[in-house]
Parts: sequence; structure tokens; C-alpha cells
Amino acid sequence: MTLYTATVTVRLKSGVLDPEAETTKQALERLGFEIEALSSADRFEIDIEAASIEAANEQVTAMADRLLANPTIHDFDVEVQR
Amino acid sequence: MTVAIVQFGGSNCDRDALRALSHLGIDAKLTWHEHSLPRDVSGIVIPGGFSYGDYLRAGAMAAHSPIMAEVRDHAASGVPVLGVCNGAQVGCESGLTPGAFTTNSSAQFQCESVYLRVENADTPWTTAYDVGEVIEIPIAHGEGRFEIPASECTTLSDQNRILFRYCSEDGEITEAANPNGSRDNIAGMIGNQSNIAVLMPHPERATLSYLGRSTDGQGILQALGK
Repeated sequence: MTLYTATVTVRLKSGVLDPEAETTKQALERLGFEIEALSSADRFEIDIEAASIEAANEQVTAMADRLLANPTIHDFDVEVQR
Repeated sequence: MTVAIVQFGGSNCDRDALRALSHLGIDAKLTWHEHSLPRDVSGIVIPGGFSYGDYLRAGAMAAHSPIMAEVRDHAASGVPVLGVCNGAQVGCESGLTPGAFTTNSSAQFQCESVYLRVENADTPWTTAYDVGEVIEIPIAHGEGRFEIPASECTTLSDQNRILFRYCSEDGEITEAANPNGSRDNIAGMIGNQSNIAVLMPHPERATLSYLGRSTDGQGILQALGK
């Protein structure tokens, strides 16, 4: 078994309204910054023991699918490193 | 025969629900989520609040609490299950009902009285009303915007599973009457069986006459006593 570090990034699907990002954008503009677009995402870092990088990816993808993301509104990416 | 009101850490409408049900003469008791449901459970309420501090997403953690397996089993066997506010978020997160409740389009917590139009009066939750009737019930949420892919929303509508839509006082479904940006003004729906329902507005806060101007929520809760 090898220790892997996985990074899961969860973001709203394109087309799903993101009021928090819109509010953040407005607050930055109030500070004088000029912004074309702003989106936000949640990032999870997970250390996991697995037999292979593929096995680690599979387990972390299941975690994202079942809990970290809500497939109705979210897309997610999984990256695994040794 | 008792209605179980499931308490999670952070639930805060559990006792309101208990008092409202007692007022209606419905036997109910609080059940801590780490315990089992009562053997004689005849109905289940997943109450409002902030279960697990709304960590990750509202309702996401509670949806995977062990008691939810029991809730699902009872729901499948026909026991009435009502999710209110945070309970509605738990319902969607656990797959009892479709879609998801997420951040209000205003990005603000909204606590106000709203009007709802009854869309389907042929469910246990709405027999007290007529289709098109306008009822007044309060909301109190930051994550009540109902999101669902357009095709699934059409299916929901075609299957007549929408219970209530946010509307104006005279029953018009308008953007102005939609407090949180919910798709098609949807405020509540049934699951794939009519004994399972979720809604963001709080019927338990519109049951006791001395609490406010409306007792329109009584009809919804009465389904738990049948």
C-alpha cells in the first residue's frame, strides 16, 4: 500500500447561479478592482493509502460522488499524487 | 402510534414541530439521530435548523446519518415523511426527493411570510386545500433556492409532484413572488411516493393561532395524524 494525496475540486455546474461568487465579485469591484468574471470552488485534500494510483482515484471519486459534491448542481475534478 | 421528530445536532425547529403536532392532537416525540426510530412510528418529521452546522452543504451530513437508512425504509413502506426547511435539504441530499436546495439568489438569509399556491390537492399533505388555493406560511432560510435540471423539472411537473409554488397574494406565479430564485417558483414537492414530502416553508410556524397571522400550515401537518 502506498500513501497518496488526492485533491478534489467541487464547483457549481456552468449555468447554475452562484450568488456568493456574484457578491464576492461586487465586493472586489467596490474595492476598485476590475473583474470580468469570478467563480468559486471548494477544494478538499485527502490522504489515502491505496494499492495503486488508479485505486486511490477510484476511492476518492466515490467520495466526491457520494458526499463531497451534489451531482444535481456540482461538477468535480479529482487529482491524485504520490 | 407516534410521530418521530428526528433531532440532529443543530436542529432547531424540532420542538416547534412537537408543539404544533401536539396542538393538532397528534402524538409525537423527539428522536435523537443516533437512536432508532420508535417501533410504533406512524410518521416522521425531519425538522428545520442547521444540522451539522450546515457544514459542506445544508443537509449533506445529516443525509448520511445512520437514522436516515431507517427513515428510507419506513418511507418505502408508506409511512408519511415530512422534511421542513433543513429537513427538505436533508430530503434532497438523501435522494428521498429530487433536486437540490442551494444558496438563495439574494445571497441572504431570508425570514419572512410568503404566499404559496397549492398545485396538487390530491396528496396526503394537501387534502385540506383546493388546487389554486393560496396559503400563507413563513420561510426562514439561506439555502432555499430549488435547483434541478430543466428536463427533470418538466418530469416533476408532468408527474404532478409539485405541492406548492411561491406566488403573489392573489395566486400569480411571478418572479417578484419568488423569494429565493427557486426554479419555477417551486417551494415543495413529493418524492416518488406521495407519502414523502419536503418543503422549505415552515408549516409548524403557521399552526398555532397565537404565534402569528396564519394557521394555514395545519393542513400539511395533519397528514401525519392520518
